[in-house]
Amino acid sequence: MTPPPIEFLLYGGALALVALGLAGLVMARHLFRSILALGILEAGANLLLVLAGYRAGGVAPILTPGTLGQPMVDPVPQALVLTAIVIGVGVQALALALALRVHQAYGTLDVAEVRGRMEADTDAAAGLEPETSRDLPAVERPS
Amino acid sequence: MRNLTTLLFAAGLGFLLLVLAAGLPYGHPPMLVGQGILQQAPATTGAANIVTSVVLAYRGLDTLGELSILFAAAAGAGLVLGGHRRRRRPDPDGGFILIAGADLMFPLLLVVGLYVILHGHLTPGGGFQGGVILAAAFFLPLLGRPREALDHTAISWIEGLAGAAFIAIGLWALFARGDFLAPMLGKGVLGQLFSAGTLPLLYAAVGLKVGAELSGLLADLAATEARDP
Repeated sequence: MTPPPIEFLLYGGALALVALGLAGLVMARHLFRSILALGILEAGANLLLVLAGYRAGGVAPILTPGTLGQPMVDPVPQALVLTAIVIGVGVQALALALALRVHQAYGTLDVAEVRGRMEADTDAAAGLEPETSRDLPAVERPS
Repeated sequence: MRNLTTLLFAAGLGFLLLVLAAGLPYGHPPMLVGQGILQQAPATTGAANIVTSVVLAYRGLDTLGELSILFAAAAGAGLVLGGHRRRRRPDPDGGFILIAGADLMFPLLLVVGLYVILHGHLTPGGGFQGGVILAAAFFLPLLGRPREALDHTAISWIEGLAGAAFIAIGLWALFARGDFLAPMLGKGVLGQLFSAGTLPLLYAAVGLKVGAELSGLLADLAATEARDP
């Protein structure tokens, strides 16, 4: 049995990072973990872009005396990934700043808890009764 | 249940994308732009690093947009964090090892960062990478001595002047050559430090701007209280 070609490992690794980041983004109940999952997703997407520009046997697209005349990998995806990495840093910094403010306001980064407190706050600001479900046992229903 | 669904969805999506990727021509990129740029770039821009040619000459306007996005993110983070409000109780000093290490690393990181920025048209690296190294150089002492804040006024001036210099070089090219951000000042000898015309100047502006922005951002994040008192 011959081993699978190397490109399956490369594409598989990049796509595994994408799938892992996506799963983490949906499953994480902690805001900081969501931000980390976003970073993993981004790394996978960047790897895919760089892979798309690979040329068989190519060298880095930098002209030095040793590389003249050799095939070079496509420089356009590399420049795009350079842009994407910088944008990713900006997105993560903004997300971290927002998470920091959430922690300042509610003392927790748990998504469900933060959402509950936010709804209670908006209800209180609007002068509404705290919301209770109709599915609760009869004694706990608001009369 | 929800987690199981998510895992199934993620695995399915990964498998679907893998099947699609298996159909891609690995090692033979179908894009023709890259080939054209590889053939023309050295003669057109004079930069040995072709990625730099793409980033600053062929897609210079995109890089300006990228700088604006980074600026918007940094400004947004500063706004969300509430300006330059200082901590009431700053963290204690970082201990001997951290302080001595920061003092030792600061000049080294400064030199490496400037080298990476100034050789961006010759070797791997450039303004963005060198700017991040510069930001790390200015953030390390802040970890060692949290009481000494960065000078936000100087940082804002550096950031604004670097951004203005990038646009000014672009406008100069617009009036002299008719194209915004067209390479100027001749090409020089391929591989020399003083070559590739205005590309090293543009990368220096990018590096200073990125460095100032990131160090200001890190200082803002570090100076924010974890909880409202």
